[in-house]
Amino acid sequence: MEATPHTPPRFSATFDPATLAEIRRAAATGIYDIRGAGTKRKLPHFDDLLFLGASISRYPLEGYRERCGTEVVLGARHAKRPITLKIPITIAGMSFGSLSAQAKEALGRGATLAGTSTTTGDGGMTDEERGHSQTLVYQVLPSRYGMNPDDLRRADAIEVVVGQGAKPGGGGMLLGQKISPRVAAMRTLPEGIDQRSACRHPDWTGPDDLEIKILELREITDWQKPIYVKVGASRPYYDTALAAKAGADVVVIDGMQGGTAATQDVFIEHVGIPTLAAIRPAVAALQELGLHRRVQLIVSGGIRSGADVAKALALGADAVSIGTAALVALGDNDPRYEADYQALGSTAGAYDDWHEGRDPAGITTQDAALSARLDPVLAGRRLANYLAVLTLETQAIARACGKSHVHNLEPEDLVALTIEAAAMAQVPLAGTNWIPGKATF
Amino acid sequence: MSGGAQTVDLASASLRDLNAALHALPHDTNMTRWHVRNPDGRHAIAAGLTAPVRVEIDGHAGYYCAGMNMAATVIVRGNAGTGVAENMMSGRVHVLGDASQSAGASAHGGLLLIEGNAAARCGISLKGADIVVKGSVGHMSAFMAQSGTLAVFGDAGEGFGDSIYEAHLYVRGRVASLGADCIEKPMRDHHRAELLALLSEAGAAGAVDVGAFRRYGSARTLYTFHVDNAAAY
Repeated sequence: MEATPHTPPRFSATFDPATLAEIRRAAATGIYDIRGAGTKRKLPHFDDLLFLGASISRYPLEGYRERCGTEVVLGARHAKRPITLKIPITIAGMSFGSLSAQAKEALGRGATLAGTSTTTGDGGMTDEERGHSQTLVYQVLPSRYGMNPDDLRRADAIEVVVGQGAKPGGGGMLLGQKISPRVAAMRTLPEGIDQRSACRHPDWTGPDDLEIKILELREITDWQKPIYVKVGASRPYYDTALAAKAGADVVVIDGMQGGTAATQDVFIEHVGIPTLAAIRPAVAALQELGLHRRVQLIVSGGIRSGADVAKALALGADAVSIGTAALVALGDNDPRYEADYQALGSTAGAYDDWHEGRDPAGITTQDAALSARLDPVLAGRRLANYLAVLTLETQAIARACGKSHVHNLEPEDLVALTIEAAAMAQVPLAGTNWIPGKATF
Repeated sequence: MSGGAQTVDLASASLRDLNAALHALPHDTNMTRWHVRNPDGRHAIAAGLTAPVRVEIDGHAGYYCAGMNMAATVIVRGNAGTGVAENMMSGRVHVLGDASQSAGASAHGGLLLIEGNAAARCGISLKGADIVVKGSVGHMSAFMAQSGTLAVFGDAGEGFGDSIYEAHLYVRGRVASLGADCIEKPMRDHHRAELLALLSEAGAAGAVDVGAFRRYGSARTLYTFHVDNAAAY
């Protein structure tokens, strides 16, 4: 006798297993989920763009033979000492506190080998990172933890942080587990308490105040240093225009794929816009002000490969910045620590409880034994290797498009695979001349 | 130039000229007395000083006067705009008139003395400096103040000491309301001694009775996140 056909168990797309698990977790604990890293949901991204390459109407450049420049000058608008980087890829701000001293040293070593800059973070500048970073950008953050004018003067550039892509409108959190005696002293706080970084600057609000704040920073540093303004991607057109109007030399736009040391999951996943959607409005703002290329645009959030770098540059960025990818290059989420990740209830590749300070790879921790696992020289070498690959890949694409400098990449070199990406990047859907929202005749 | 007082008239010299001259001074300079004429509310006057000099500003200053000061004494013979002595590390800043918002914001060291009133957020994010306000302070003063001392002869506005960490707050007058996690604490002998020492440093000992001040500080209930405190956030 044939068995009666039955309906197999079917999961809801709305109430999927991850959603159900989160409801149960929330019901059991009464507190939202906090984690590190950036958004994990699938978003329109650089993967949805393709380069056209050369053809009969455009000729390519010879790989390994014909020059394809990669250097970028930042800060020539107002600073007496603009900085020149060999590659258009910088290391984003990440704090000592959220990262171990070894990790900060490795970032400085890797960036220096590659000829690019690294950036401090919330909590101030350490001697180790200054010593190991040829070009170091000093962040001025709302919390002003460890803010010291002597460090401002020994930095190569200054970045006024308004927000970051993982949490536009949110402050920082460093939970008590990571407040070691050294971190506590640098931040003028008791050891072991949860430490919140303010979400607003204590002494300015709005674009008119920002202009005066920038004037003060320039006066204090005798107009030597480039001044960046970093914002999380939310209203990139207006934020870029206002930052440029306030006198920024460089605007940094961080999309929602950008990472954080610790933030509510709901914030990471639901506030801000994708990197892909932020670039064209920011570039348009600069172009309308006649400041594109005079005020440099740095884009960050989800940059993984030379293809991503080339696409960001083609859309009008002057450089990109990497954070999460740099940590992975150092050794974050390495499968060789799988047993340790399992012990923490995670698995290599998915570990994001960076706020707990128990990182098996020794990167997002202040634990002496764990952080000793990271060899800063070796990890720095790995980062330099990775940066070299990103650069070579970017050049390979630029040469294929016939460009003698990566900054010559342009939107006309790109097409989109999806209607969403075509609309966000304002390039045609592949095989058509259709850019959603633009007249085509 | 050496010896006697230097005078910079901002009606003719630029702000850049003034600050560049002040920044160029070595720590052992003998050009220790400076007068700034016609400040006319310009911003960032005498910001970023590092030498132990005395700068007197004859009039009103704009935003960030004496910002990030180290070692210098800066005297404002008028009112000061937003963020006077913000992030000061050491030295002394004396405002003879009133101060606007965020006076002494995130200051790590030194003394900020305000003869008149200070507006909102006085001592916000304070990180170790001492602030004495002979008048009153506006709302949200000492917000998230971490370390250092704020003494107020007059009244404090609403939300005083909100989310305070370990800063010491003394108010002689009325506090409109206390912010989250800020409570009144007993005034003991060593607190009176601390306040008297601060007032002495400010040249105000004897002007007021330290026994008339009340002390405020952190209840420390929000130091570690707990869901039962969610209503306080």
